Amino acid sequence: MAEHLLEVRDLKQHFPVKTGLMKTRMLKAVDGVSFTIDSGETLGLVGESGCGKTTVGRSLLRLYKPTGGSIKFKGQEIDDSNIQGFRKQMQVVFQDPYSSLNPRMTVNDIVGEALDIHKLCGTEKERDEKVVHLLELVGLNSDHKRRYAHEFSGGQRQRIGIARALAVDPEFIVCDEPVSALDVSIQAQIINTFKELQERLGLAYLFIAHDLHVVHHMSRRIAVMYLGKIVEMAPADEIIGYPMHPYTQSLISAIPVADPKKARSRHRIVLEGEVPSPLNMPSGCSFRTRCRYATQQCADETPQLRELRPGHEVACWNPQEPKSF
Amino acid sequence: MAQTLLQVKNLHTIFPTDSGEVRAVNGINFSLARGKVLGIVGESGSGKSVTAYSILRILDNPGRISEGSILFEDEDIVTLPPGKMRQIRGARISIIFQDPMTSLNPVYTVENQLTEAIRLHTDRNRAQARERALEMLQLVGVNEPRKRLKQYPYQLSGGMRQRVMIAMALACEPDILIADEPTTALDVTIQAQILELMQELKDKLGMSIIMITHDLGVIAEMCDEIIVMYAGRVCERGTADEIFYNPRHEYTKGLLRSIPKLDYGKEKLTPIGGSPVDLLNMPRGCAFAARCDSAMKVCLTQQPEEIAINKDHMASCWLNVRDGGEGGQANG
Repeated sequence: MAEHLLEVRDLKQHFPVKTGLMKTRMLKAVDGVSFTIDSGETLGLVGESGCGKTTVGRSLLRLYKPTGGSIKFKGQEIDDSNIQGFRKQMQVVFQDPYSSLNPRMTVNDIVGEALDIHKLCGTEKERDEKVVHLLELVGLNSDHKRRYAHEFSGGQRQRIGIARALAVDPEFIVCDEPVSALDVSIQAQIINTFKELQERLGLAYLFIAHDLHVVHHMSRRIAVMYLGKIVEMAPADEIIGYPMHPYTQSLISAIPVADPKKARSRHRIVLEGEVPSPLNMPSGCSFRTRCRYATQQCADETPQLRELRPGHEVACWNPQEPKSF
Repeated sequence: MAQTLLQVKNLHTIFPTDSGEVRAVNGINFSLARGKVLGIVGESGSGKSVTAYSILRILDNPGRISEGSILFEDEDIVTLPPGKMRQIRGARISIIFQDPMTSLNPVYTVENQLTEAIRLHTDRNRAQARERALEMLQLVGVNEPRKRLKQYPYQLSGGMRQRVMIAMALACEPDILIADEPTTALDVTIQAQILELMQELKDKLGMSIIMITHDLGVIAEMCDEIIVMYAGRVCERGTADEIFYNPRHEYTKGLLRSIPKLDYGKEKLTPIGGSPVDLLNMPRGCAFAARCDSAMKVCLTQQPEEIAINKDHMASCWLNVRDGGEGGQANG
């Protein structure tokens, strides 16, 4: 059997939160998430704010120390002792291109820093060439080297962030909402850049975003998260065309479509209520408080992911007929 | 025929800065009919919010309206004395701001903020204003409204705060509601709730809405008419169907091409090249020419006039002159 590039099993990330003078409660930001990513593949991760998608990305890179579960990269378990070695292979591109670049560093320093830390270049000349090569790879040029981050537009800054991630020749990049801070016309440029780089360099992505259009466009498979758990995971077209979890269905139906005639004729499932506080999660299925199909079973038992169609896993006691919106 | 409620004519709003004059809004025209939803779409810096702030005359210093008029029921808002403007603002034209996190005052309770506008613009006393506030909270679907009145903004979720903002904006039953990116900060399922609510209230109260957003999906769902703005100018305006199915400005076409769609294949997106124009350094001709694949010589030297495509549709693009054959040969 072919080995997965990344294998995450039962990942848990709990944070202690002070709720009173002497009281501490656990906020279960990620609570038992499992998935795999193959070489050169993109897994999309969608969900609303607070569902834990960013935390998953950060725990993978051990920017947080996971509370439980295992993360294997190329079959090897990642832990505190060997994470340094993996940092060269796993990189991240952050959401906000305005705050994720140091304003006091030139582009040359930002992109070159990783090269210095990992001692990837022997000579100054080699380093220079590598930096220019990286900038060209992401659609910038050598003139940009000496400038500071504030001299660039949002889209260009995101390109600098991508060049920085690529500096160590990683095989896997966590893309944490990399286009949500950008204007639509610029978004499309950056999405295309991500896709081109994937084809050229064989990169695997975990593509985190709240915009299903963007995630669908980027990903081979998509996982939908709700309150720290994956509720549905399937190939991208399958999840858009045949969603089965009530949450995914309402999520897809809630996305405004840029087509007035379709918008008028479409039936939208509007969810009642709001996302419960992760400090005070409902028993059983965490979506049941907003779910119109909830039964007693949903309150008593937590549903696990089950494969209901080929490659299509759903965590729900009352999965719905797949339908498109 | 629908009655025209608001008419903006040749509006210019400028911001004098140390490095020159920024023309944020540069000669725009449009009108809004009673009971209709008008969408203003464009990317950041295109002047959509400044247009809204101009209508309410709440421009940040040193911004000012340098030219043009805004007729609200035949009265020119631009020249109204401040006292009269205050009677319109919040009572007859009100606004929902983009960010519900920062646009409520953190040190006042919901009740305090809601009743302020009510008591200012109507002759209700404190108890009556409180009743009205309660009624409004119920109307916008806030649960446990009595408890919410006593709470502070930080105790509410994002969707809840946006509902309070809407309740505040609607408390005096305005004729026009300006919604400046009302759902951008919210999640899609909450966004769907808020959009549904706005549509419902529009029908119930018979008001007009100016919807400002960069999200073409929200525009398609909500609006009867659309204005597409770029660099402080209107590129194209018309009915929703005309703009989406018959775009006649290259920028609009580019915008529509650059959004990923769920039901299409995953072919490469066609982005608009280049970056947004520098407002301090506006080109002489069409502002979009530098990013336009079909730009002609005339585009670089001369600002295109608004050209009627049909009775529901205007576009400011030289390509239409050539296509329509009117106004002589434009391409050199």
